[in-house]
Amino acid sequence: MKILLIAESREGKLLGSCYELMAFAEKMAAETAMVLVGSDSALPRFAGKLYLADATAVGEYNPDAHKQLILDVVAKEQADMVVFSHSSYGWDLAPRIAFAMKAAQISEVVDVVDGTMVVPVCNAKLRRDVTVKTAKTVVTLQAGAFGLAEEPTAAPTVEPIRVEAGGKVRFTGYEQAEIGGVDLGKAKIIVSAGRGIGKPENVAMIAALAKALGGEYGASRPVVDSEWVEHNRQVGTTGQTVAPKLYIACGISGAIQHLAGMKKSEFIVAVNTDKDAPIGDVADVLVVADLKQFVPLLTEKIQAL
Amino acid sequence: MKILVCIKQVPDMESKFKVDAGGTWYAKTDLAWRMNEYDEYAVEQAVQLKEQEKDGDLTVLCIGSEKVKETMKKALAMGCDRGAHITDEEVSGKEPYQIAGIIAEYAKDKNFDLIFTGMQSQDRGSAQVGILVAEMLGIPGITTVVRFAFKDGVVDVKRELEGGIKACVSVNAPAVITCQLGLNTPRYPTLPNIMKAKKKELLSTPVQELLKVEARQETAKMYFPEKKGGGLVLEGDAAALADQLIKILKEKTAVLS
Ligand SMILES: Cc1cc2nc3c(=O)[nH]c(=O)nc-3n(C[C@H](O)[C@H](O)[C@H](O)COP(=O)(O)OP(=O)(O)OC[C@H]3O[C@@H](n4cnc5c(N)ncnc54)[C@H](O)[C@@H]3O)c2cc1C
Repeated sequence: MKILLIAESREGKLLGSCYELMAFAEKMAAETAMVLVGSDSALPRFAGKLYLADATAVGEYNPDAHKQLILDVVAKEQADMVVFSHSSYGWDLAPRIAFAMKAAQISEVVDVVDGTMVVPVCNAKLRRDVTVKTAKTVVTLQAGAFGLAEEPTAAPTVEPIRVEAGGKVRFTGYEQAEIGGVDLGKAKIIVSAGRGIGKPENVAMIAALAKALGGEYGASRPVVDSEWVEHNRQVGTTGQTVAPKLYIACGISGAIQHLAGMKKSEFIVAVNTDKDAPIGDVADVLVVADLKQFVPLLTEKIQAL
Repeated sequence: MKILVCIKQVPDMESKFKVDAGGTWYAKTDLAWRMNEYDEYAVEQAVQLKEQEKDGDLTVLCIGSEKVKETMKKALAMGCDRGAHITDEEVSGKEPYQIAGIIAEYAKDKNFDLIFTGMQSQDRGSAQVGILVAEMLGIPGITTVVRFAFKDGVVDVKRELEGGIKACVSVNAPAVITCQLGLNTPRYPTLPNIMKAKKKELLSTPVQELLKVEARQETAKMYFPEKKGGGLVLEGDAAALADQLIKILKEKTAVLS
């Protein structure tokens, strides 16, 4: 079995998720090669062949060109499986490659058990084992699901590849996330509001608890999308990554994209009416309660200490 | 201008799930059903585009049993002009390649200028259907869109990347756009619009007429993940819970000292 790993680069930097791809390949005990549209000044450590295209020539986002580059290498290497991260880059490209290869695509793999791929269902409340009926497979890996015990030290054997830069999709540049305002990364205590707060007026009770504890308040994405809280307070893959001493998640279900931003917190408390909410998997304490009752009570008692 | 928006009916994620007798999917009884969250943004964007383009004509497509018509009626009440219901009692067993195949087969001769989908469904979460439809139709597809504008046949969008960075991208119609949370503010259907929606065309087509592709994968088994953390679960009276939590925080963390 030959696996082709697709590394990513963003704004000229190699993304560390390439080592997760390698960890997956190690678990599959397969031969590997790697493709990167990036730069020769930011190469992964990898004991194998790296097909490298120059991102400044092709564009970091150019699905038509990247697809062609990858398909050329698939043909050359006779790859049986192509593996991406389940990232904005991976989930955009993987179905294009799967379609061209007449392959099944298994999305967001969290584990491999005796060769069977395991994926989450319903906000990780359930899991399923997937079997494929095609000769070739395309896989995307959930961020953080696979890790190497030790990062490799070897330098790859680089083989340059190129393709016509054209394509139907025109990428004109990046827009940076807004900066300024609160820096959640510095907070030692964070109390976050999720959709469970129900209405914008209830942000105040989350902020009050944060204040009583001497911390900051954060939020999950729906609360930010609804413009109840500003974006620089959003915790998760498309917001901030935080690791405070104490994180209290109020009315947050615990979607993987939220967990990715806070699961390294030292102590995690979740307040949720749903005893089965996935946030329970990372919480040191799950308080099964209506936050609208519980949070003000807790704030009062803490203020009285 | 012809617009298609594809939606899915999914269970409320706060439901208490059970695995069904076959052991390969969740039991469909005792669940509350709703429009896939990502698709709400897709419908809203499609309606806004239709309102912007005076000659806009908007079809909403959904695959499933009779029950999914409830969700389609919401889309019609939000402003879609007509519903294309693909009748399929076994929709939960269909994998993304088959779903995309059905949609592409439906769309292939209809010359849609734009096709909107959610970026993924809340239950399967495969994030494949939109791009597969684009590949099958041979038109460009752009995923994870959080800003959308259309002018003179050109689509200008922003794709959301990790960390909240956005990639600015443009493409000529026809194209497929997959919608990410926060793209817009989905409207609530008003009562008059709910009444109007009842009179809109909602035609059903048996899935057999449109399903021309074979499944490429299947679910061997569905199950609950093993509970990982030995986290403490506290239940009971709110005041007592607050006292218990304060005690734990004092013992286990330094934040209250
Ligand atoms: C590419 C991508 C990137 C994303 N990035 C992020 C990100 O950076 N950050 C992020 O947070 N999400 C992100 N998301 C969204 C994520 O998938 C979830 O949709 C989101 O985290 C859900 O937020 P939530 O938990 O607040 O809401 P829900 O999932 O709706 O959960 C609400 C919770 O509140 C509980 N609840 C309801 N009422 C009460 C009450 N009265 N008292 C107590 N509990 C109550 C419910 O039981 C439920 O568990 C991203 C998604 C995608 C696809």
